[in-house]
Amino acid sequence: MSRQYETVIGLEVHVELATKTKIFCGCSTAFGGAPNTHTCPVCTGMPGSLPVLNKKVVEYAMAVGLATNCKITQVCKFDRKNYFYPDNPQNYQISQLYLPIARDGYVEIEVGEQKKKVRIHEMHMEEDAGKLIHDEWEDCSLVDYNRSGVPLIEIVSEPDMRSADEVIAYLEKLRMICQYLGASDCKLQEGSMRADVNLSIREVGASEFGTRTEMKNLNSFKAITHAIEGERQRQIELIEEGKKVIQETRRWDDNKEYSYAMRSKEDAQDYRYFPEPDLVPIVISDEWIQKIKDQQPELRNEKLARYEKDYDIPRYDAEIITGTKKMADLFEATCAICNKPKKVSNWLMVETMRLLNENGQEPADIKFSPENLAKLIELADAGTINSSVAKEVFEKVFAEDVDPEKYVEDHGLKTVNDEGALRTLAEEVIAKNPKAVEDFKGGKEKALGALVGQIMKAMKGKANPGMVNELLREMLK
Amino acid sequence: MDLKSLTAVELGKKIQAKEVTVKEAVEACFTQIDKVEKEVNSFVSLQKEAALKRAEEVQKLIDDGTLTGPLAGVPVAIKDNMCTEGVTTTCSSKILSNFVPTFSAEAVLNLEKAGAVVIGKTNMDEFAMGSTTETSYYGETKNPWNLEHVPGGSSGGSCAAVAALEVPYALGSDTGGSIRQPSSYCGIVGIKPTYGTVSRYGLIAYGSSLDQIGPVARDVTDCATVLETIASHDAKDSTSVERQDTDFTSALVNDVKGMKIGIPKDYFGEGLDEEVKKPILEAAEVLKNAGAEIEEFDLGLVKYAIPAYYVIASAEASSNLSRFDGVKYGYRTKDYEELHQMYKKTRSEGFGPEVKRRIMLGSFVLSSGYYDAYYLKALRTKALIKKAFDSAFAKYDMILAPAAPTTAPKLGSSLSDPIKMYLGDIYTISVNLAGLPGISIPVGQDAKGLPVGMQLIGDCFQEKKLFQAAYTYECLTEKKWVSMYDKTEAAGKEEA
Repeated sequence: MSRQYETVIGLEVHVELATKTKIFCGCSTAFGGAPNTHTCPVCTGMPGSLPVLNKKVVEYAMAVGLATNCKITQVCKFDRKNYFYPDNPQNYQISQLYLPIARDGYVEIEVGEQKKKVRIHEMHMEEDAGKLIHDEWEDCSLVDYNRSGVPLIEIVSEPDMRSADEVIAYLEKLRMICQYLGASDCKLQEGSMRADVNLSIREVGASEFGTRTEMKNLNSFKAITHAIEGERQRQIELIEEGKKVIQETRRWDDNKEYSYAMRSKEDAQDYRYFPEPDLVPIVISDEWIQKIKDQQPELRNEKLARYEKDYDIPRYDAEIITGTKKMADLFEATCAICNKPKKVSNWLMVETMRLLNENGQEPADIKFSPENLAKLIELADAGTINSSVAKEVFEKVFAEDVDPEKYVEDHGLKTVNDEGALRTLAEEVIAKNPKAVEDFKGGKEKALGALVGQIMKAMKGKANPGMVNELLREMLK
Repeated sequence: MDLKSLTAVELGKKIQAKEVTVKEAVEACFTQIDKVEKEVNSFVSLQKEAALKRAEEVQKLIDDGTLTGPLAGVPVAIKDNMCTEGVTTTCSSKILSNFVPTFSAEAVLNLEKAGAVVIGKTNMDEFAMGSTTETSYYGETKNPWNLEHVPGGSSGGSCAAVAALEVPYALGSDTGGSIRQPSSYCGIVGIKPTYGTVSRYGLIAYGSSLDQIGPVARDVTDCATVLETIASHDAKDSTSVERQDTDFTSALVNDVKGMKIGIPKDYFGEGLDEEVKKPILEAAEVLKNAGAEIEEFDLGLVKYAIPAYYVIASAEASSNLSRFDGVKYGYRTKDYEELHQMYKKTRSEGFGPEVKRRIMLGSFVLSSGYYDAYYLKALRTKALIKKAFDSAFAKYDMILAPAAPTTAPKLGSSLSDPIKMYLGDIYTISVNLAGLPGISIPVGQDAKGLPVGMQLIGDCFQEKKLFQAAYTYECLTEKKWVSMYDKTEAAGKEEA
């Protein structure tokens, strides 16, 4: 290839906010639920119904805006975006065009050693639509309005990213911020974080942007990476062939690893935006902004510094633990109970990460409580259970959040410290294994291990290995 | 006892005094309805059975002392753009011909709490778009004073029902004059309160930033009593205002001494029918003689009100009415192959021509490239009109004006020239654009015997001043005119 191309990417990221109720009514936002059970006249757009703004939505949006260095629009308004589609019960979506909640921010991303700012153009609040389900059997389409009215923020970046790695870093950063703020769980698979990718290419060194396309339907970081690579190649080929890139919306098919242009009908729309007359402007006072700032939880960088100082754990551990809000919360809560940061960190870093990887889960999926992790650590520390039993019990804690004390009791997993019983057992083992005894006495340290192993086996792993070791040494003197 | 001629408050008193039962009151309505409804066609639907059942319940609550208010047991009719739980609510449109709401409008609930008995849903211009009640899918309503004339609109059914003595009072809605103009045409009293006074929850929206619900009745006392009952701060309506001063009946005082009333010269010039002008200026004299200070002034901007109104109201309507698409409720076309065709055919078949005209107008003014030139400009005009009123109210307690340039036109004479029909809203729409309260009270008749209404316009939240002046006028004048149905009754008596 003679010419070198640079990829220019901007993102529109939709984040579903973690409010308990919808943006304009009191219906639940819970995921799942039988179709049309989380609905009311407002979120199904019945005639005569009116929207009432959920204040928590504004607070979450403000928090994300402030954490991404945006300016908060102190008199902001909702607008109607008009388009006909059955998942949109009123045939207009209540969104923000003219006065969005936040503008002109940025986040800092890190790719490799490189630090970079990605600017945020604006952030606005809006309602989600329902879900259309095509029934192949009956050959009809059905609508589920459970998602209709679930609050979203759309975060629109400037075209500041140049690679898939930067895009992923930016998304991870946004996700971390939202999760830390408790504003969203940002689960891509459940659609609580969605990204549309605006991409163009230009020759390296060019000052003008190329014509961009918008790609939709990107449901995982993997799909985003593939789609960026695919679209970059497609545009380069077009230009190399002397053709033009057409400004259009394309739908990514992750199975075929190809994007195709959406019908112009779906694309070229005049949304006839105008101010939503059913809602009054939102006036955000300096005090309100201050309150949100004051409530802002400690973000990652502050946590990192504190972990090294207060908990005295290595930087590497701290980075992994603070990588997600869930891990960090769990770490802090467990430490608060047992005050053994290094041990807590080890359980999270080693066993927890291993089980998450094995199950294909994310830290957000962790179900066990800090109480039970703390109990487990205490049991292991006190020598009530030995380390291999502890690992076995932890798997139960991880899977079912069992109470380790009760579990150990119920399953008789306590380390046997009864010297009398162990001595009897040791005598038997010594008598049955004259060869090993002789070897040990002849200076073969390893032979002792075999004897210890036999005792442990007889005790089903519950004996205190240290005690067994000492006992044997003493008896074989 | 001639129950049908009683005002709501008079009837309520007799019910409280056990002189009349709720059942008798309801039956009196249906007797009159049976007699005149074929001619007048005030109603889209009647709920006789439900009303009689409800009458029994209300009677019990009155008897055990639970309901003691002035409207307890008094029948009411509701304009068919207000949702009533379990009762078809059509907006006089084909597209909602089978729509049964799952909840009632807040204003209706407030009335029901006070013991009102809903007897039926009244006819209107389709989706409240029109000034004659001729755009209804369910046939035109006729003016009870002269059946060859329109009752006005869009609350024509509510006003005709009250004037024809089918019901003591009714609820209407007013987006550009839809309470005040038909009240004027039908010789009754109707008030559009300050925007935000009555909850819009359950009112099927036409122009959301302009719509208000209000009462229509046979006298000022009834209007004040009903408005006092339906006004409420409603958390379900974000534009609802929390007011402490909704004790409107306290303003029913026969005294206008020292009240400053402005008469906008620009409302009394060209275009105003002499036969309308005369009784209104005579009414102004009555108030003047009672001690009010009356002065002419220039309001200004009058000619900009109509274009601004039709841009804003149509823009909002085009969006508000987009939900009627045949997907979830209402009319759906019979034959279609795919979604977009279903949308198009449903809406083409379901909406009447006036509604389509306004949807097209509204969609046009909001479309990209035209938004600034039309919609934004209209919003700016709206702000200027509000300013003009603000400076008027710095000087005057209220403004005295006509409610309409003419008396009720003949049936069939308006729809062929929509521009002319729109111009008929000249005296009422500025009030909606500025969010102000306006009351229309009968002050005379033209040569044909058709009623003339006078409009009093107040500053925001100054309904009490309007009620006081209107009440004073009512006290000082004898009601010399009666609709043909009072006459019929009188004639009937003579024959007997």
